[in-house]
Amino acid sequence: MSAEILAFLVLATATVAGGVVTLWSRYVVHSAFGLMLSLLGVAGFYVLLGSDFLAVTQVVVYVGGVVVLYLFGVMLTPPDREERSIRRIAVAGIFAVAALVVLLKAVFGMEGRWYGVDPDRGPASGGAVIREVGNAFMDKEAYLLPFEIASVLLLVALVGAVFIARREGGRGS
Amino acid sequence: MIASILAVLPAAEGIPNPSIPTSWVLLLAALLFILGIYGFLVRRDLIVVFMSIELMLNAANLTFLAAARERMLDPEGQVYAIFVITVAAVEAAVGLALLIAWFRLRATLDVETAVELEG
Repeated sequence: MSAEILAFLVLATATVAGGVVTLWSRYVVHSAFGLMLSLLGVAGFYVLLGSDFLAVTQVVVYVGGVVVLYLFGVMLTPPDREERSIRRIAVAGIFAVAALVVLLKAVFGMEGRWYGVDPDRGPASGGAVIREVGNAFMDKEAYLLPFEIASVLLLVALVGAVFIARREGGRGS
Repeated sequence: MIASILAVLPAAEGIPNPSIPTSWVLLLAALLFILGIYGFLVRRDLIVVFMSIELMLNAANLTFLAAARERMLDPEGQVYAIFVITVAAVEAAVGLALLIAWFRLRATLDVETAVELEG
């Protein structure tokens, strides 16, 4: 068993275990930490897949930002005791199994079609690729417009989040 | 069928870590997505519902990057993944703000208490 396979198995275990903890824990704080473990596992997969920049982005944005935001949300709200209803679990299970079947069919129904590599591309190297990504974001012909729209979206969300979470009527409270 | 599932499919030359088959990564992403769907449907706590959405978005990102690696680290995969991460961050910020506003309104996060629009 090579080191890469071992790393894959360890990361897969961490990711899935984190996801299961997120779903099953009765304590929302435990759910948040399970989500953190899962997101770190996904960041590890990004490294294995050769997208180092995305791995760093994942850690900074998700683990450093989103999970901390969730933890703030957890702290601002008291624990909520919820019932486990059999009907709900059954319905969710049916949907999950149906989605699993569809996804498995998608993964295994496409054998051989992934490998249509652009013949002009040479062997991949992470450093060259991230340069291409940067150029694509700044290229009018490529993704410049979506990139700018994303910045406006972030600004709108920032202002909107502050406005929504503000206490009604109170001034500066 | 099972043999083809577990077989190490031939990967393209020159991609990072070619000993890890792309189908394994896709399977893991599918599993993560299923976990997200299950949590989204089964949990009633709004915070955990949001966390399930994050799991699903991450599964989609993993699929993008697995496909990008298979295509000699196609930069488009990373571009789309960055957009997905942006939208996820926006969703978390606005979602948490809505959650706080909602909690002020009714002092619970149970999604089944939202019944005003039922006929």
